[in-house]
Amino acid sequence: MLEVRWHGRGGLGAVTSAELVARAAIGEGKYAQSFPSFGPERRGAPVLAFLRINNEFIRLRTNIYAPDIVVVLDPGLLHAVDVTLGLKEEGKIVINSRKTPAELKSEFDFKWPVAAVNATKIAKEAIGLAITNTAMIGAFLRVSEVVKMDFLVEQLKERFGKRAEANIEAMKRAYHETTLKE
Amino acid sequence: MSKRVALEASFAVAEAARMADVDVTAAYPITPQTHIPERLAEMVADGELDAAYIPVESEHSAMSACLGAAAVGARTFTATAGQGLELMHEVVYVASSMRYPIVMAVCNRALSAPLSVWGDHSDAMAVRDTGWIQVFCQNNQEAFDLTLWAFRVGEDPKVLFPVMVHLDGFTLSHVTEPVILPEQSEVDRFLPKFQYLFALNPDKPMTHGAFGPPEIYSEAKIAQEVAFRKSKEIILQGWNEFGNIFGRHYFPVEQYRTAGAKTLLLTMGSSTETAKIVIDERRDKGEAIGLISLRLWRPFPFEEFRQIVKGAETLIVLDRCISSGMGGPVFSEVRSALYNEVPKPKVVNIIGGLGGRDISENDFEYVIDRSREIAKQGSEKMLETVGVRGKMIGIRG
Repeated sequence: MLEVRWHGRGGLGAVTSAELVARAAIGEGKYAQSFPSFGPERRGAPVLAFLRINNEFIRLRTNIYAPDIVVVLDPGLLHAVDVTLGLKEEGKIVINSRKTPAELKSEFDFKWPVAAVNATKIAKEAIGLAITNTAMIGAFLRVSEVVKMDFLVEQLKERFGKRAEANIEAMKRAYHETTLKE
Repeated sequence: MSKRVALEASFAVAEAARMADVDVTAAYPITPQTHIPERLAEMVADGELDAAYIPVESEHSAMSACLGAAAVGARTFTATAGQGLELMHEVVYVASSMRYPIVMAVCNRALSAPLSVWGDHSDAMAVRDTGWIQVFCQNNQEAFDLTLWAFRVGEDPKVLFPVMVHLDGFTLSHVTEPVILPEQSEVDRFLPKFQYLFALNPDKPMTHGAFGPPEIYSEAKIAQEVAFRKSKEIILQGWNEFGNIFGRHYFPVEQYRTAGAKTLLLTMGSSTETAKIVIDERRDKGEAIGLISLRLWRPFPFEEFRQIVKGAETLIVLDRCISSGMGGPVFSEVRSALYNEVPKPKVVNIIGGLGGRDISENDFEYVIDRSREIAKQGSEKMLETVGVRGKMIGIRG
Protein backbone atom coordinates (compact mmCIF):
# COMPACT_ATOMS: atom_id res chain seq x y z
CA MET A 1 0.00 0.00 0.00
CA LEU A 2 1.26 3.46 -0.92
CA GLU A 3 0.59 6.25 1.59
CA VAL A 4 1.02 9.89 0.59
CA ARG A 5 0.71 13.04 2.67
CA TRP A 6 0.07 16.32 0.87
CA HIS A 7 1.14 19.56 2.54
CA GLY A 8 -0.62 22.66 1.27
CA ARG A 9 -2.18 25.89 2.39
CA GLY A 10 -5.93 26.40 2.54
CA GLY A 11 -6.90 27.35 -1.04
CA LEU A 12 -3.96 25.74 -2.86
CA GLY A 13 -5.95 22.61 -3.63
CA ALA A 14 -4.04 19.95 -1.68
CA VAL A 15 -7.30 18.17 -0.85
CA THR A 16 -8.27 18.21 -4.52
CA SER A 17 -4.85 16.81 -5.50
CA ALA A 18 -5.24 13.82 -3.20
CA GLU A 19 -8.79 13.27 -4.35
CA LEU A 20 -8.00 13.46 -8.06
CA VAL A 21 -5.17 10.93 -7.76
CA ALA A 22 -7.47 8.64 -5.72
CA ARG A 23 -10.20 8.95 -8.35
CA ALA A 24 -7.73 8.15 -11.11
CA ALA A 25 -6.47 5.09 -9.21
CA ILE A 26 -10.03 3.90 -8.66
CA GLY A 27 -10.71 4.55 -12.35
CA GLU A 28 -7.81 2.23 -13.11
CA GLY A 29 -9.48 -0.48 -11.03
CA LYS A 30 -7.30 -0.06 -7.95
CA TYR A 31 -8.45 0.77 -4.43
CA ALA A 32 -7.81 4.19 -2.95
CA GLN A 33 -8.80 6.49 -0.13
CA SER A 34 -8.39 10.24 -0.03
CA PHE A 35 -9.36 12.55 2.78
CA PRO A 36 -8.51 15.97 4.16
CA SER A 37 -6.98 16.70 7.53
CA PHE A 38 -10.14 17.15 9.46
CA GLY A 39 -11.01 20.46 10.97
CA PRO A 40 -11.96 24.09 10.56
CA GLU A 41 -9.27 24.89 7.97
CA ARG A 42 -8.57 28.48 6.99
CA ARG A 43 -7.40 30.01 3.72
CA GLY A 44 -3.62 30.31 3.73
CA ALA A 45 -3.07 28.19 6.85
CA PRO A 46 -1.06 24.96 6.58
CA VAL A 47 -3.35 22.02 5.72
CA LEU A 48 -2.88 18.32 5.09
CA ALA A 49 -4.50 15.88 2.74
CA PHE A 50 -4.03 12.12 2.71
CA LEU A 51 -4.00 9.49 -0.02
CA ARG A 52 -3.78 5.71 0.12
CA ILE A 53 -3.53 3.49 -2.95
CA ASN A 54 -3.62 -0.29 -2.82
CA ASN A 55 -4.42 -3.32 -4.95
CA GLU A 56 -6.91 -4.56 -2.36
CA PHE A 57 -9.72 -2.99 -0.37
CA ILE A 58 -8.26 -0.59 2.23
CA ARG A 59 -9.43 -1.25 5.77
CA LEU A 60 -7.15 1.14 7.63
CA ARG A 61 -9.20 4.11 8.81
CA THR A 62 -6.77 6.44 10.52
CA ASN A 63 -4.67 9.40 9.47
CA ILE A 64 -1.40 8.58 7.71
CA TYR A 65 1.44 8.63 10.25
CA ALA A 66 4.26 7.00 8.26
CA PRO A 67 3.92 8.18 4.64
CA ASP A 68 5.88 6.74 1.72
CA ILE A 69 5.84 10.09 -0.06
CA VAL A 70 5.20 13.66 1.07
CA VAL A 71 4.22 16.32 -1.45
CA VAL A 72 4.75 19.98 -0.56
CA LEU A 73 2.65 22.45 -2.56
CA ASP A 74 4.15 25.63 -1.12
CA PRO A 75 7.90 26.12 -0.43
CA GLY A 76 7.18 28.36 2.57
CA LEU A 77 5.79 25.34 4.41
CA LEU A 78 9.33 23.94 4.70
CA HIS A 79 9.96 26.67 7.27
CA ALA A 80 6.57 26.35 8.99
CA VAL A 81 6.03 22.61 9.52
CA ASP A 82 8.11 19.45 9.67
CA VAL A 83 7.05 17.93 6.37
CA THR A 84 9.18 14.83 7.02
CA LEU A 85 7.38 13.86 10.24
CA GLY A 86 7.01 10.07 10.24
CA LEU A 87 8.32 9.75 6.66
CA LYS A 88 9.50 6.18 6.04
CA GLU A 89 13.26 5.46 5.76
CA GLU A 90 12.79 4.66 2.08
CA GLY A 91 10.41 7.62 1.61
CA LYS A 92 10.60 10.49 -0.87
CA ILE A 93 9.91 14.24 -0.73
CA VAL A 94 8.35 16.12 -3.63
CA ILE A 95 8.61 19.91 -3.36
CA ASN A 96 7.37 22.91 -5.26
CA SER A 97 10.43 25.16 -5.28
CA ARG A 98 12.60 27.37 -7.45
CA LYS A 99 15.59 25.63 -5.92
CA THR A 100 17.17 22.44 -7.17
CA PRO A 101 16.74 19.17 -5.26
CA ALA A 102 20.45 19.30 -4.32
CA GLU A 103 20.04 22.82 -2.88
CA LEU A 104 16.95 21.76 -0.92
CA LYS A 105 18.68 18.65 0.41
CA SER A 106 21.60 20.59 1.76
CA GLU A 107 19.53 23.55 3.06
CA PHE A 108 17.13 21.33 5.05
CA ASP A 109 19.50 18.42 5.62
CA PHE A 110 17.01 15.95 4.14
CA LYS A 111 18.25 12.33 4.25
CA TRP A 112 15.54 11.25 1.78
CA PRO A 113 15.58 11.63 -2.02
CA VAL A 114 14.11 15.00 -3.02
CA ALA A 115 12.24 15.82 -6.21
CA ALA A 116 11.58 19.44 -7.07
CA VAL A 117 9.84 21.52 -9.69
CA ASN A 118 8.93 25.20 -9.95
CA ALA A 119 5.19 24.51 -9.84
CA THR A 120 4.29 28.11 -8.97
CA LYS A 121 5.89 29.36 -12.17
CA ILE A 122 4.29 26.59 -14.22
CA ALA A 123 0.85 27.21 -12.69
CA LYS A 124 1.07 30.97 -13.30
CA GLU A 125 2.06 30.45 -16.92
CA ALA A 126 -0.36 27.62 -17.70
CA ILE A 127 -3.40 28.53 -15.59
CA GLY A 128 -2.74 32.18 -14.81
CA LEU A 129 -2.97 31.52 -11.06
CA ALA A 130 -0.45 30.37 -8.46
CA ILE A 131 -2.63 27.35 -7.65
CA THR A 132 -0.10 24.54 -7.69
CA ASN A 133 -2.19 21.43 -7.06
CA THR A 134 -2.43 20.10 -10.60
CA ALA A 135 1.23 20.84 -11.34
CA MET A 136 2.22 18.99 -8.19
CA ILE A 137 0.15 15.98 -9.28
CA GLY A 138 2.49 15.90 -12.29
CA ALA A 139 5.55 16.02 -10.02
CA PHE A 140 4.09 13.28 -7.83
CA LEU A 141 3.46 11.02 -10.85
CA ARG A 142 7.07 11.48 -11.93
CA VAL A 143 8.21 10.08 -8.60
CA SER A 144 5.68 7.31 -7.99
CA GLU A 145 4.09 6.30 -11.31
CA VAL A 146 1.44 4.50 -9.24
CA VAL A 147 -1.28 5.84 -11.53
CA LYS A 148 -1.12 6.36 -15.29
CA MET A 149 -1.16 9.94 -16.56
CA ASP A 150 -4.09 9.16 -18.90
CA PHE A 151 -6.38 8.41 -15.97
CA LEU A 152 -5.44 11.71 -14.36
CA VAL A 153 -6.13 13.56 -17.61
CA GLU A 154 -9.60 12.06 -17.56
CA GLN A 155 -10.17 13.20 -13.98
CA LEU A 156 -8.93 16.73 -14.68
CA LYS A 157 -11.27 17.00 -17.67
CA GLU A 158 -14.19 15.97 -15.51
CA ARG A 159 -13.29 18.27 -12.62
CA PHE A 160 -12.16 21.47 -14.32
CA GLY A 161 -14.39 21.76 -17.40
CA LYS A 162 -13.31 24.85 -19.33
CA ARG A 163 -10.12 25.16 -17.28
CA ALA A 164 -9.17 21.52 -17.82
CA GLU A 165 -6.76 22.04 -20.70
CA ALA A 166 -4.69 24.60 -18.75
CA ASN A 167 -4.54 22.30 -15.74
CA ILE A 168 -3.59 19.31 -17.87
CA GLU A 169 -0.81 21.41 -19.38
CA ALA A 170 0.41 22.38 -15.88
CA MET A 171 0.40 18.72 -14.80
CA LYS A 172 2.28 17.50 -17.89
CA ARG A 173 4.83 20.33 -17.82
CA ALA A 174 5.55 19.71 -14.16
CA TYR A 175 5.91 15.99 -14.84
CA HIS A 176 8.60 16.68 -17.44
CA GLU A 177 10.37 19.45 -15.52
CA THR A 178 10.62 17.61 -12.20
CA THR A 179 14.18 16.69 -11.25
CA LEU A 180 15.31 14.25 -8.58
CA LYS A 181 18.32 14.01 -6.29
CA GLU A 182 18.79 10.67 -4.54
CA MET B 1 -25.11 -2.69 -14.99
CA SER B 2 -23.88 -1.38 -11.71
CA LYS B 3 -20.82 0.88 -11.86
CA ARG B 4 -17.80 1.30 -9.62
CA VAL B 5 -17.07 4.95 -8.90
CA ALA B 6 -14.97 7.06 -6.53
CA LEU B 7 -17.34 8.67 -4.07
CA GLU B 8 -17.11 10.49 -0.77
CA ALA B 9 -19.39 8.86 1.83
CA SER B 10 -21.47 12.05 2.12
CA PHE B 11 -22.07 12.03 -1.63
CA ALA B 12 -22.84 8.31 -1.52
CA VAL B 13 -25.59 9.04 1.02
CA ALA B 14 -26.94 11.88 -1.14
CA GLU B 15 -26.82 9.58 -4.18
CA ALA B 16 -28.82 6.94 -2.30
CA ALA B 17 -31.44 9.57 -1.43
CA ARG B 18 -31.52 10.63 -5.09
CA MET B 19 -31.90 7.08 -6.36
CA ALA B 20 -34.63 6.56 -3.76
CA ASP B 21 -36.33 9.55 -5.44
CA VAL B 22 -37.03 11.39 -2.18
CA ASP B 23 -39.82 13.95 -2.30
CA VAL B 24 -38.68 16.27 0.47
CA THR B 25 -35.39 17.13 2.13
CA ALA B 26 -35.24 19.65 4.96
CA ALA B 27 -31.80 20.07 6.49
CA TYR B 28 -29.54 22.55 8.19
CA PRO B 29 -25.80 22.37 7.46
CA ILE B 30 -23.42 21.37 10.24
CA THR B 31 -19.88 19.96 10.12
CA PRO B 32 -19.24 17.12 9.24
CA GLN B 33 -22.65 16.53 7.64
CA THR B 34 -22.53 19.59 5.35
CA HIS B 35 -21.68 17.82 2.11
CA ILE B 36 -24.88 15.77 2.23
CA PRO B 37 -27.40 18.67 2.15
CA GLU B 38 -25.08 20.65 -0.18
CA ARG B 39 -25.11 17.85 -2.70
CA LEU B 40 -28.87 17.33 -2.38
CA ALA B 41 -29.49 21.06 -2.83
CA GLU B 42 -27.32 20.94 -5.96
CA MET B 43 -29.20 17.93 -7.32
CA VAL B 44 -32.54 19.69 -6.82
CA ALA B 45 -31.25 22.95 -8.36
CA ASP B 46 -29.79 21.10 -11.36
CA GLY B 47 -32.97 19.09 -11.93
CA GLU B 48 -31.31 15.75 -11.17
CA LEU B 49 -33.76 15.20 -8.33
CA ASP B 50 -37.40 16.20 -8.40
CA ALA B 51 -37.83 17.10 -4.76
CA ALA B 52 -38.58 20.02 -2.46
CA TYR B 53 -35.43 21.17 -0.71
CA ILE B 54 -36.43 23.19 2.36
CA PRO B 55 -33.54 25.33 3.66
CA VAL B 56 -34.64 25.69 7.26
CA GLU B 57 -33.12 27.92 9.96
CA SER B 58 -32.18 25.18 12.45
CA GLU B 59 -32.12 21.44 13.01
CA HIS B 60 -35.20 21.75 15.20
CA SER B 61 -37.01 23.17 12.20
CA ALA B 62 -35.43 20.61 9.88
CA MET B 63 -37.00 17.71 11.72
CA SER B 64 -40.27 19.63 12.21
CA ALA B 65 -40.49 20.22 8.45
CA CYS B 66 -39.74 16.53 7.89
CA LEU B 67 -42.68 15.62 10.15
CA GLY B 68 -45.00 17.72 8.03
CA ALA B 69 -43.70 16.24 4.81
CA ALA B 70 -43.96 12.66 6.04
CA ALA B 71 -47.50 13.34 7.33
CA VAL B 72 -48.76 13.88 3.78
CA GLY B 73 -46.98 10.76 2.55
CA ALA B 74 -43.83 12.31 1.08
CA ARG B 75 -40.64 10.25 1.06
CA THR B 76 -38.55 12.36 3.43
CA PHE B 77 -34.83 12.59 4.10
CA THR B 78 -32.59 14.67 6.32
CA ALA B 79 -29.10 14.58 7.77
CA THR B 80 -27.36 16.08 10.75
CA ALA B 81 -24.51 15.61 13.24
CA GLY B 82 -23.46 16.26 16.83
CA GLN B 83 -24.89 19.50 18.20
CA GLY B 84 -27.42 19.56 15.38
CA LEU B 85 -28.89 16.26 16.49
CA GLU B 86 -29.01 17.60 20.05
CA LEU B 87 -30.85 20.75 19.00
CA MET B 88 -33.30 18.52 17.09
CA HIS B 89 -33.69 16.16 20.03
CA GLU B 90 -37.29 16.72 21.16
CA VAL B 91 -38.60 16.46 17.60
CA VAL B 92 -36.64 13.23 17.04
CA TYR B 93 -38.96 11.55 19.55
CA VAL B 94 -42.03 12.96 17.81
CA ALA B 95 -41.04 11.37 14.48
CA SER B 96 -41.00 7.86 15.91
CA SER B 97 -44.05 8.27 18.14
CA MET B 98 -46.06 9.56 15.19
CA ARG B 99 -44.74 6.67 13.11
CA TYR B 100 -43.28 8.81 10.31
CA PRO B 101 -40.71 6.81 8.34
CA ILE B 102 -38.22 9.65 7.88
CA VAL B 103 -34.68 8.60 6.98
CA MET B 104 -31.86 10.54 8.62
CA ALA B 105 -28.12 10.17 8.10
CA VAL B 106 -26.03 11.15 11.12
CA CYS B 107 -22.34 11.93 10.56
CA ASN B 108 -21.36 11.03 14.09
CA ARG B 109 -19.68 13.86 15.97
CA ALA B 110 -18.58 14.53 19.54
CA LEU B 111 -20.61 16.85 21.75
CA SER B 112 -19.34 20.13 23.20
CA ALA B 113 -17.55 21.17 25.37
CA PRO B 114 -14.72 21.45 24.54
CA LEU B 115 -16.00 22.39 21.10
CA SER B 116 -15.24 19.51 18.75
CA VAL B 117 -16.34 18.99 15.17
CA TRP B 118 -14.65 15.59 15.10
CA GLY B 119 -16.06 12.12 15.38
CA ASP B 120 -17.23 9.90 18.20
CA HIS B 121 -20.51 8.24 19.13
CA SER B 122 -21.78 10.67 21.77
CA ASP B 123 -24.48 12.06 19.48
CA ALA B 124 -25.72 8.58 18.55
CA MET B 125 -25.88 7.43 22.16
CA ALA B 126 -27.80 10.56 23.19
CA VAL B 127 -30.64 9.53 20.85
CA ARG B 128 -30.49 5.86 21.81
CA ASP B 129 -33.97 5.89 23.36
CA THR B 130 -35.81 7.96 20.78
CA GLY B 131 -37.57 5.02 19.11
CA TRP B 132 -35.76 5.18 15.77
CA ILE B 133 -34.40 2.10 14.03
CA GLN B 134 -30.63 2.68 14.09
CA VAL B 135 -27.76 1.14 12.14
CA PHE B 136 -24.02 1.81 11.92
CA CYS B 137 -21.86 1.90 8.75
CA GLN B 138 -18.23 0.79 8.43
CA ASN B 139 -17.42 2.16 4.96
CA ASN B 140 -18.77 4.27 2.10
CA GLN B 141 -20.48 1.37 0.34
CA GLU B 142 -22.45 0.65 3.48
CA ALA B 143 -23.39 4.33 3.79
CA PHE B 144 -24.98 4.07 0.35
CA ASP B 145 -26.53 0.65 0.88
CA LEU B 146 -27.99 1.28 4.31
CA THR B 147 -29.49 4.64 3.31
CA LEU B 148 -31.33 2.93 0.49
CA TRP B 149 -32.36 0.06 2.73
CA ALA B 150 -33.59 2.50 5.40
CA PHE B 151 -36.40 3.79 3.17
CA ARG B 152 -37.58 0.31 2.36
CA VAL B 153 -37.71 -0.83 5.98
CA GLY B 154 -39.05 2.36 7.55
CA GLU B 155 -41.85 2.74 5.01
CA ASP B 156 -43.03 -0.86 5.21
CA PRO B 157 -46.67 -0.71 6.42
CA LYS B 158 -45.76 -3.21 9.15
CA VAL B 159 -43.00 -0.91 10.40
CA LEU B 160 -43.67 2.83 9.88
CA PHE B 161 -40.74 3.96 12.00
CA PRO B 162 -38.03 6.45 11.16
CA VAL B 163 -34.53 5.11 10.51
CA MET B 164 -31.19 6.64 11.49
CA VAL B 165 -28.09 5.70 9.50
CA HIS B 166 -24.93 6.43 11.50
CA LEU B 167 -21.65 7.04 9.69
CA ASP B 168 -18.53 8.33 11.41
CA GLY B 169 -17.96 12.03 10.92
CA PHE B 170 -14.86 12.79 8.78
CA THR B 171 -13.48 9.24 9.10
CA LEU B 172 -16.23 8.22 6.68
CA SER B 173 -18.16 11.36 5.75
CA HIS B 174 -15.15 13.06 4.13
CA VAL B 175 -13.34 10.01 2.73
CA THR B 176 -13.39 9.28 -1.00
CA GLU B 177 -13.14 5.58 -1.90
CA PRO B 178 -14.71 3.15 -4.38
CA VAL B 179 -18.47 2.63 -4.21
CA ILE B 180 -20.56 0.39 -6.41
CA LEU B 181 -23.68 2.19 -7.58
CA PRO B 182 -26.58 0.07 -8.82
CA GLU B 183 -28.81 0.63 -11.81
CA GLN B 184 -31.92 2.70 -11.17
CA SER B 185 -34.03 -0.29 -12.27
CA GLU B 186 -32.48 -2.43 -9.52
CA VAL B 187 -33.19 0.30 -6.96
CA ASP B 188 -36.79 0.52 -8.18
CA ARG B 189 -37.14 -3.24 -7.81
CA PHE B 190 -35.87 -3.07 -4.24
CA LEU B 191 -37.69 0.06 -3.17
CA PRO B 192 -41.39 0.39 -4.05
CA LYS B 193 -43.12 3.77 -4.09
CA PHE B 194 -44.03 5.04 -0.63
CA GLN B 195 -47.73 4.54 -0.14
CA TYR B 196 -48.68 5.93 3.21
CA LEU B 197 -52.05 4.66 4.42
CA PHE B 198 -52.59 7.53 6.82
CA ALA B 199 -51.50 10.50 4.68
CA LEU B 200 -53.13 13.77 5.63
CA ASN B 201 -55.60 14.76 2.96
CA PRO B 202 -58.03 17.71 3.05
CA ASP B 203 -60.70 15.57 1.35
CA LYS B 204 -60.56 12.97 4.12
CA PRO B 205 -59.72 14.90 7.27
CA MET B 206 -58.07 13.06 10.16
CA THR B 207 -55.97 13.98 13.16
CA HIS B 208 -52.29 13.13 13.63
CA GLY B 209 -50.56 13.60 16.96
CA ALA B 210 -53.52 14.14 19.21
CA PHE B 211 -53.28 14.95 22.89
CA GLY B 212 -52.43 11.87 25.01
CA PRO B 213 -53.93 12.19 28.48
CA PRO B 214 -53.17 9.56 31.16
CA GLU B 215 -56.18 7.52 29.96
CA ILE B 216 -54.42 6.65 26.69
CA TYR B 217 -50.70 7.60 26.85
CA SER B 218 -49.59 4.24 28.33
CA GLU B 219 -51.43 2.24 25.68
CA ALA B 220 -50.03 4.45 22.94
CA LYS B 221 -46.46 3.97 24.18
CA ILE B 222 -46.73 0.23 24.72
CA ALA B 223 -48.38 -0.24 21.32
CA GLN B 224 -45.48 1.71 19.83
CA GLU B 225 -42.97 -0.51 21.65
CA VAL B 226 -44.66 -3.73 20.52
CA ALA B 227 -44.61 -2.52 16.92
CA PHE B 228 -40.99 -1.39 17.24
CA ARG B 229 -39.84 -4.80 18.44
CA LYS B 230 -41.78 -6.48 15.64
CA SER B 231 -40.01 -4.29 13.09
CA LYS B 232 -37.00 -6.58 13.39
CA GLU B 233 -38.69 -9.13 11.15
CA ILE B 234 -38.94 -6.58 8.33
CA ILE B 235 -35.42 -5.33 9.04
CA LEU B 236 -34.12 -8.84 8.39
CA GLN B 237 -36.37 -9.31 5.36
CA GLY B 238 -35.10 -6.00 3.99
CA TRP B 239 -31.47 -7.11 4.29
CA ASN B 240 -32.30 -10.48 2.81
CA GLU B 241 -33.94 -8.88 -0.20
CA PHE B 242 -31.08 -6.37 -0.47
CA GLY B 243 -28.62 -9.27 -0.60
CA ASN B 244 -30.66 -11.02 -3.28
CA ILE B 245 -30.76 -7.98 -5.55
CA PHE B 246 -27.40 -6.31 -4.91
CA GLY B 247 -25.27 -9.22 -3.67
CA ARG B 248 -24.12 -7.50 -0.47
CA HIS B 249 -25.32 -9.07 2.74
CA TYR B 250 -25.99 -7.39 6.05
CA PHE B 251 -26.69 -8.85 9.49
CA PRO B 252 -27.81 -7.40 12.84
CA VAL B 253 -24.48 -8.49 14.38
CA GLU B 254 -21.61 -8.62 11.91
CA GLN B 255 -18.96 -11.25 12.55
CA TYR B 256 -15.34 -11.45 11.48
CA ARG B 257 -13.31 -14.62 12.11
CA THR B 258 -15.42 -15.55 15.12
CA ALA B 259 -15.41 -19.34 14.65
CA GLY B 260 -14.07 -20.90 17.85
CA ALA B 261 -13.00 -17.52 19.25
CA LYS B 262 -12.31 -17.40 23.00
CA THR B 263 -11.83 -13.64 22.90
CA LEU B 264 -14.21 -11.36 21.03
CA LEU B 265 -13.71 -7.69 20.35
CA LEU B 266 -16.82 -5.56 19.84
CA THR B 267 -16.59 -2.30 17.90
CA MET B 268 -19.09 -0.09 16.10
CA GLY B 269 -18.68 2.03 13.00
CA SER B 270 -15.64 2.61 10.83
CA SER B 271 -12.94 1.59 13.35
CA THR B 272 -14.24 -1.97 12.92
CA GLU B 273 -12.28 -2.15 9.68
CA THR B 274 -8.99 -1.10 11.28
CA ALA B 275 -9.66 -3.70 13.99
CA LYS B 276 -9.98 -6.41 11.32
CA ILE B 277 -6.33 -5.89 10.36
CA VAL B 278 -5.27 -6.66 13.95
CA ILE B 279 -7.63 -9.63 14.20
CA ASP B 280 -6.11 -11.06 11.00
CA GLU B 281 -2.57 -10.77 12.36
CA ARG B 282 -3.49 -12.47 15.63
CA ARG B 283 -5.62 -15.17 14.01
CA ASP B 284 -2.80 -15.98 11.63
CA LYS B 285 -0.52 -16.44 14.65
CA GLY B 286 -3.05 -18.94 16.03
CA GLU B 287 -4.87 -16.81 18.61
CA ALA B 288 -8.54 -17.73 19.10
CA ILE B 289 -9.78 -14.19 18.62
CA GLY B 290 -12.60 -12.69 16.57
CA LEU B 291 -14.44 -9.46 15.98
CA ILE B 292 -18.10 -8.55 16.19
CA SER B 293 -19.85 -5.32 15.35
CA LEU B 294 -23.37 -4.21 16.13
CA ARG B 295 -24.80 -3.27 12.75
CA LEU B 296 -28.28 -2.96 14.24
CA TRP B 297 -28.27 -0.84 17.39
CA ARG B 298 -32.03 -0.40 17.71
CA PRO B 299 -34.01 -2.55 18.10
CA PHE B 300 -31.20 -4.29 19.99
CA PRO B 301 -30.50 -7.70 18.40
CA PHE B 302 -30.66 -9.78 21.59
CA GLU B 303 -30.97 -13.26 20.06
CA GLU B 304 -28.23 -12.90 17.46
CA PHE B 305 -25.91 -11.24 19.93
CA ARG B 306 -26.33 -13.90 22.64
CA GLN B 307 -25.95 -16.69 20.13
CA ILE B 308 -22.70 -15.29 18.73
CA VAL B 309 -20.94 -14.51 22.02
CA LYS B 310 -22.12 -17.69 23.80
CA GLY B 311 -18.87 -19.64 23.42
CA ALA B 312 -16.46 -16.79 24.21
CA GLU B 313 -14.56 -16.39 27.48
CA THR B 314 -13.85 -12.67 27.16
CA LEU B 315 -15.83 -9.99 25.38
CA ILE B 316 -14.06 -6.65 24.94
CA VAL B 317 -16.32 -3.66 24.29
CA LEU B 318 -14.74 -0.54 22.85
CA ASP B 319 -16.97 2.50 23.46
CA ARG B 320 -16.50 5.83 21.68
CA CYS B 321 -18.68 7.63 24.20
CA ILE B 322 -18.96 8.01 27.98
CA SER B 323 -22.18 7.86 29.92
CA SER B 324 -21.02 10.02 32.82
CA GLY B 325 -20.87 8.22 36.13
CA MET B 326 -21.64 4.94 34.38
CA GLY B 327 -19.09 4.05 31.67
CA GLY B 328 -19.50 3.00 28.07
CA PRO B 329 -23.13 2.90 26.93
CA VAL B 330 -22.60 -0.02 24.55
CA PHE B 331 -20.83 -1.93 27.31
CA SER B 332 -23.74 -1.35 29.74
CA GLU B 333 -26.25 -2.71 27.25
CA VAL B 334 -24.16 -5.64 26.18
CA ARG B 335 -23.43 -6.71 29.74
CA SER B 336 -27.09 -6.36 30.64
CA ALA B 337 -28.07 -8.47 27.61
CA LEU B 338 -25.84 -11.27 28.97
CA TYR B 339 -26.71 -11.06 32.67
CA ASN B 340 -29.03 -14.09 32.79
CA GLU B 341 -27.06 -16.20 30.32
CA VAL B 342 -25.19 -19.34 31.38
CA PRO B 343 -22.38 -19.63 30.44
CA LYS B 344 -21.41 -16.06 29.57
CA PRO B 345 -18.13 -14.29 28.80
CA LYS B 346 -16.46 -11.80 31.10
CA VAL B 347 -17.18 -8.38 29.66
CA VAL B 348 -14.45 -5.74 29.69
CA ASN B 349 -14.96 -2.08 28.77
CA ILE B 350 -12.40 0.23 27.20
CA ILE B 351 -13.20 3.80 26.22
CA GLY B 352 -11.35 5.56 23.41
CA GLY B 353 -11.62 7.36 20.10
CA LEU B 354 -13.29 10.40 21.63
CA GLY B 355 -13.58 13.66 19.70
CA GLY B 356 -11.83 12.39 16.58
CA ARG B 357 -8.88 10.67 18.28
CA ASP B 358 -7.71 7.95 15.89
CA ILE B 359 -7.89 4.35 17.04
CA SER B 360 -4.78 2.87 15.44
CA GLU B 361 -3.71 -0.75 14.97
CA ASN B 362 -1.39 -0.30 17.96
CA ASP B 363 -4.32 0.95 20.01
CA PHE B 364 -6.25 -2.20 19.17
CA GLU B 365 -3.24 -4.33 20.18
CA TYR B 366 -3.27 -2.54 23.55
CA VAL B 367 -7.06 -2.89 23.90
CA ILE B 368 -6.85 -6.66 23.40
CA ASP B 369 -3.82 -7.29 25.64
CA ARG B 370 -5.01 -5.01 28.42
CA SER B 371 -8.54 -6.47 28.35
CA ARG B 372 -7.20 -9.99 28.77
CA GLU B 373 -5.27 -8.87 31.85
CA ILE B 374 -8.40 -7.24 33.24
CA ALA B 375 -10.45 -10.35 32.53
CA LYS B 376 -7.94 -12.37 34.57
CA GLN B 377 -7.08 -9.98 37.40
CA GLY B 378 -9.73 -7.28 37.37
CA SER B 379 -8.96 -3.57 37.19
CA GLU B 380 -8.15 -1.10 39.92
CA LYS B 381 -8.57 1.83 37.60
CA MET B 382 -11.54 4.13 37.67
CA LEU B 383 -11.68 4.16 33.90
CA GLU B 384 -9.99 1.86 31.40
CA THR B 385 -9.06 3.87 28.32
CA VAL B 386 -7.01 3.64 25.16
CA GLY B 387 -4.99 6.45 23.57
CA VAL B 388 -5.54 8.83 26.49
CA ARG B 389 -2.59 10.59 28.19
CA GLY B 390 -3.51 9.63 31.74
CA LYS B 391 -0.46 11.24 33.33
CA MET B 392 -1.40 14.58 31.81
CA ILE B 393 -4.65 14.66 33.77
CA GLY B 394 -3.38 12.96 36.90
CA ILE B 395 -5.01 9.55 36.48
CA ARG B 396 -3.52 6.17 35.76
CA GLY B 397 -4.24 6.06 32.02
